[in-house]
Amino acid sequence: MTVDAQPRRHPRRRESPGRRGEWRLAVALLLPAAVVVFGVVLYPVARTLISSFYAVNSPLPGSYPFIGLDNYTKVFSDPRFYPVLGHTLYFTLVSTALELILGILVALLLNSGLRWPWLWRSIVVLPWALPTIVNASLWRWVFNGQYGPLNGMLSSLGIISEPIQWLGQPFLALNAVIAADVWKNTSIVVFFILAGLQTVPDEIYEASALDGAGRWQRFRRITLPLIAPSIAVVLILRTIEAFKVFDIIYVMTGGGPASGTQTIAFFTYQQAFSNQLYGYGSALAYLIVLAIFALAMVYLRMLRQEQLAGVQ
Amino acid sequence: MSAVALGPILLLAKASVSPATELMDPGYHWLPSSWSLSRYGAILTGSSSGSDVAGAFRQAMINSLQVAGATTVISVVVGALGGYAFARLRFRFRRLSLLTFLTIYMIPPIALVIPIYLALAALGMLDTKIGLAITYCSIVTPFTIWTMSNYFTSLPGDLEEAAQVDGCTRLGAFVRVILPLAAPGLFTTAMFGFLLAWDEFLYALIFTSSSNSKTIPVAIAEFTGKYSSDFGLIAAGGVLAAVPPVLLALAFQRYVVGGLTSGSVKG
Amino acid sequence: MNGRRTATLKPVGPTRRAVLVSGGLGLGALLAGCAIGGGPNSAATPLAASSSTGPLQGEIRALFMKQAGYSEDDINSMLASFTAKNPAVKVVPEFVSYEALHDKIVAAAPAGTYDVVLIDVIWPAEFGTKGIVADVTALWPADWKTGMLDGAVRTPEYDGKEYGVPWILDSKYFFYNTAHLQKAGVDAGALDTWDGVLDAARSIKKAGVVKYPLIWSWQQAEALICDYTQLLGAFGGSFFDSAGKPAFNNAEGLATLEFMRKTLQDGLSNPASTQSLEEDVRKIFSAGQASMALNWTYMYGLANDPKQSQVGGKVKALQTPAGPKGRPGVNGSMALSITGSSKNQQAAWALISHLTSQEVQNKYAISSLPCWRTSFDDPAVVKTNPEVVPQAKKQLADLIVRPAVTQYNQVSQVLQAEIQKALSGDKSSQKALDDAAAQTASLVG
Repeated sequence: MTVDAQPRRHPRRRESPGRRGEWRLAVALLLPAAVVVFGVVLYPVARTLISSFYAVNSPLPGSYPFIGLDNYTKVFSDPRFYPVLGHTLYFTLVSTALELILGILVALLLNSGLRWPWLWRSIVVLPWALPTIVNASLWRWVFNGQYGPLNGMLSSLGIISEPIQWLGQPFLALNAVIAADVWKNTSIVVFFILAGLQTVPDEIYEASALDGAGRWQRFRRITLPLIAPSIAVVLILRTIEAFKVFDIIYVMTGGGPASGTQTIAFFTYQQAFSNQLYGYGSALAYLIVLAIFALAMVYLRMLRQEQLAGVQ
Repeated sequence: MSAVALGPILLLAKASVSPATELMDPGYHWLPSSWSLSRYGAILTGSSSGSDVAGAFRQAMINSLQVAGATTVISVVVGALGGYAFARLRFRFRRLSLLTFLTIYMIPPIALVIPIYLALAALGMLDTKIGLAITYCSIVTPFTIWTMSNYFTSLPGDLEEAAQVDGCTRLGAFVRVILPLAAPGLFTTAMFGFLLAWDEFLYALIFTSSSNSKTIPVAIAEFTGKYSSDFGLIAAGGVLAAVPPVLLALAFQRYVVGGLTSGSVKG
Repeated sequence: MNGRRTATLKPVGPTRRAVLVSGGLGLGALLAGCAIGGGPNSAATPLAASSSTGPLQGEIRALFMKQAGYSEDDINSMLASFTAKNPAVKVVPEFVSYEALHDKIVAAAPAGTYDVVLIDVIWPAEFGTKGIVADVTALWPADWKTGMLDGAVRTPEYDGKEYGVPWILDSKYFFYNTAHLQKAGVDAGALDTWDGVLDAARSIKKAGVVKYPLIWSWQQAEALICDYTQLLGAFGGSFFDSAGKPAFNNAEGLATLEFMRKTLQDGLSNPASTQSLEEDVRKIFSAGQASMALNWTYMYGLANDPKQSQVGGKVKALQTPAGPKGRPGVNGSMALSITGSSKNQQAAWALISHLTSQEVQNKYAISSLPCWRTSFDDPAVVKTNPEVVPQAKKQLADLIVRPAVTQYNQVSQVLQAEIQKALSGDKSSQKALDDAAAQTASLVG
């Protein structure tokens, strides 16, 4: 199936403002996206979904027994699943929260009329520009217990006398991975919030300052609600990304120590690829989707996105 | 703040020029005792035939630029159109279809690797940049649709009507009024979409075989042998690989923080 | 989230997209169903010796590994000499990193992309039973089994069948720093047994030469199992008993794990060991921060290279020390296999025979030691690495394999997790091994 390389279609010009006009316009606008996404993804999704109902243990076609929902129930009775889920939830919540808070702070800072704004923005962009696997290698090296520069710096400054095994203890390692992830991804949060801040006209600030509102009040009453849409977008995206996190675990710790940094996407990779249990791996993957979906719904409800519900 | 952001980058840069022996020394060196740009030399001037991992990096850089560039352009355009539809139009299944797109984004790539591999193999698109770009578009587009739809939603609803009152067609209103206002969101989305494609590792690893289509993450991963690795080389590769995204961000930041033209917001 | 719908919408009928989607879903389901529900199970049908004698022709695609054993240039030269003898055959090589090797073989299997693949010693069971690589037992000439080292012959073997031909032999040797030993007054002869090694470590530590004399690659990865296997062999343990039940939680298996744990506890092993892979071991050793270590052949050259190491010229390699029951080295070799889906198996076999022939392997012995017994007495081969070759000759003749079961990866993951828990003190060694045995038993069935 070839992708239409000219996706920009002219929406049909229907001058009548009725439903049918919107309808056809909507379809015309959405058709390119549908083609691009579903054209590629439909067959794989269907195939893995179906695999998840069979006991598939090889990539080659063959006759595998149909086992219905067994793969899914097996996930919940697998004792390894719960720690993995726990690590994933911890990782997702902590890294997203940190990225959001730090991102908002930095965005506000950047928006507050610094000198040479381009310089500061470039610095903020740098962590984001580094490829993920280089980022992971970098932090693996930095945190290394024996020759890592973090221990080196801390001990040459006299702060520690014994090297700390950052990646040697499960919980510490998980936090080290979070640190690496937050360092890289805060930049993008900054830019999203910054873009959102641009829609707040200066007059509003001036007006409220004239009214005597303090900085914190201005932030809470004016800025925060106005950037709430940006926050929502970033929150959902970062949550999805954090739940799917794979590359950084793969390079930094390989799931260890003592399975302490195994997240659910990495676990799925092991089951589906290393162990060739495609049925089980597919079931895990769709459970991940359900979990993220549930989380996303929770966010949407919490932030009460009425705009998305169709109220204009 | 900048210390935190810059610190590790400087460490990386320093690692790329330090001799290999120092990288393993627990004693801390604030400055490398001897430094050389030899790794950069190897990367930039080495032969691009397969036997020289460093030289193949150059070709990987070009591949990455082409693939990520094409993906970004297509995804942003498609996503902007779709996002506009979700934000401004009312139609049946609106929420359902938006959620469907977002749900596709939630699927971990591992689940789909083998079927996509089969499909690409059947179409003869393995180890091609086109195949990779098409695959990436399907990942990045849900993201761009979602982001753009939220962005358009946040713009005041009466803008098109105002423009149409002034005599614009719907399309004209879109191009002349909405797009410029959405520029910050558009360019942020483009930047992030570019990096999604630039950074992508798993699909690139499995679908590419030769310098025809190998991208940067794969090239850097190949600096590591079965057991051996020179972190300095990875660092040098990382520094070079970060350059295009940084340039892109610098070029775009003007649009991202281009302020609201004060005339367009009516009270 | 507001569920309010605009009430004035007149239903227009299923959207074009909905039709597309459901149609596509149906079609996809059909295709997927065909792939999964039907079709014969392609277990490995053994390859028969070819009776045709015509010239070989066609194209074969071969998957190799980057940067290990033979270099890419080496391999390309070998391929060139093959094509010189068989001009009608075109060989298309591909080189990937080790991590990608397994995944690529698996992903490519249904698509039939490759004809020849390089596999690790732990994969014949998994790949062979699933038909991903072909059974070539019938194609093996009888004199190969005697001509090659034992360890080599066992590399591609599973269940009595050969699923490839050994090519890159490797095991873990014992490296030590001569300067450290000298400073602590330890004689290298003591390093012949593990007890001797521990004594040496204590002396070195007491003399203040280095804080942690031993460094290991005990990160939660396959590297951990390699070390455990080599030590298990020294203590006379085994992974499975003759009935096929897990046996590593018996007395010998326990002794092995306890040996590992105690070295950490006594401060003889670097605590960073549990987050180290082979490369970290090399780096720490090369920085002079460790006196003794187990590692693969590759470390010898790099640790003695002044540009890569601070201890260049002070490194020696020995056969792995002996435990109470023996001193086998862990088999870390690789083999070349024909894929089950290859369409040109004749040419593929010819290529493999060429690459693994004694003549070719001897020529590139400097990169990777040959599989053939007599090669180790060949002066040209010995000259390539006079220090290591004699040790290799002894060690490669006595190799222990990791469990040859089809679910090896899962078993390895279980063992990695449990051993790490024991090493970190989370569980007692006995409990960790018992838990691992229980999980393994349910996996292997």
